Amino acid sequence: MRFFLPLLLTCLTRLASAAEVNVAVAANFMAPMQQIAAAFETETGHTAVLSFGSTGKLYAQIRNGAPFGMLLAADSQTPAQLVTDGLAQPGTAFTYAIGRLVLWSADSGRVDNRGAVLRTGPSQQRVAIADPRLAPYGKAAMQTLEALGLRAKFEPRLVMGESVAQTFQFISSGNAPFGFVALSQVYTDGRITQGSAWIVPERLHEPLRQDAVVLLSAKSNPAALALAKFLRGPTARRIIRAHGYGI
Amino acid sequence: MPNLDPETWQAIWLTLQLAGLTTAVLLVIATPIAWWLARSPSRWRGPVEALVALPLVLPPTVLGFYLLVSFGPHGPLGKLTSALGLGTLAFTFTGLLIGSIIYSLPFAVQPLQRAFEAVGTRPMEVASTLGARPFDAFVSVALPLARPGFITAAILSFAHTVGEFGVVLMIGGNIPGRTRVVSTEIYGYVEAMQYAQAHWLAAGMVMFSFVVLLGLTLLDRPTVRILP
Repeated sequence: MRFFLPLLLTCLTRLASAAEVNVAVAANFMAPMQQIAAAFETETGHTAVLSFGSTGKLYAQIRNGAPFGMLLAADSQTPAQLVTDGLAQPGTAFTYAIGRLVLWSADSGRVDNRGAVLRTGPSQQRVAIADPRLAPYGKAAMQTLEALGLRAKFEPRLVMGESVAQTFQFISSGNAPFGFVALSQVYTDGRITQGSAWIVPERLHEPLRQDAVVLLSAKSNPAALALAKFLRGPTARRIIRAHGYGI
Repeated sequence: MPNLDPETWQAIWLTLQLAGLTTAVLLVIATPIAWWLARSPSRWRGPVEALVALPLVLPPTVLGFYLLVSFGPHGPLGKLTSALGLGTLAFTFTGLLIGSIIYSLPFAVQPLQRAFEAVGTRPMEVASTLGARPFDAFVSVALPLARPGFITAAILSFAHTVGEFGVVLMIGGNIPGRTRVVSTEIYGYVEAMQYAQAHWLAAGMVMFSFVVLLGLTLLDRPTVRILP
């Protein structure tokens, strides 16, 4: 009884304070976020219910009343826009991860570690990118081609996925020999797990700053505020780095 | 419509081309399938009928995913087209056309099958006693009698292809002028938060679909009266 009572009390207070938050998460952040949500639940007792999608789609849903308490976007413009729209809590936006772009092929040995394949590969090869109008990683891919002076060469041969997730599918199925995706998609525990890749130097494109923001509907939701804090803590950062993001 | 840029007009034109070609090919290949389904006593009839109806119930993502995998250099179709020196089919107009034909197949076969069933065996038997060979009888008797079925099949195939989205999204690669159609263009506008353009196109799509379906019900009415 002497041990049991405090334990029971702890459980009860946990239950009483445990809250739930619906989180909209950009598709490229799926893998780390699932681990973060599990750790968040263990450490705080709160629950994060995750929905994944492209940032543009999530923005449209939030504007039309989707019950999300927090958005983890793939860019920094969308959270800022939500604050302007009066849908997000001013002052809560912060950068939770900085994405890295990678030129990737499902075949081992096709992409060298300096990206020379872009210059030397067969002239008719397609290259897959995420649609630059929709996906920040697609925009970064275009900026990279531009910086390398290869935009004109590849423009007629671009194949566009609606998100990095679909772009990855085009490449992994072999329909495109290589393409630009997020490092987090092919990187686990500090290494490239499949195929061959060139991690694009960050100087070749604008930084892929991914911001999160607490939405107005969740301004007094303890789970949302706790998650915003947890994302900046050491546990979350360790997971985020292990997936190839900078922070 | 001042808001539509040249790329959007290109997408509209491409959609019409895709739907028109799909319909033409479908009418050619669906006719023998429907005829066989309507009249064959074979025990394979049931399984074939179910196979034809599959695209009705499968999510387009399933169809799109399998097409993408089979078009790829390691897939069966991809191996074939590569061996023939045609390259692979994903991200090409031909690839979209094949996808659309499979996706809209039941919309062509089923109305034709019903029409052939409604014709029955009697007119063909009469033609045969009058000395017509089976193919002659089919062309000069069964086809004209099944005309309403052909009209329904053509309209539904065309409209369904215009409204196709999931398959195109998965195998198209969104290339302007080659694989970017109206439905994926609308999706792009919504995702890019260009809601004004999305509204124009989406409203156009609603109007188009309504007019097509209205036309279909108007066409359907007299045929119902003709049937005994």
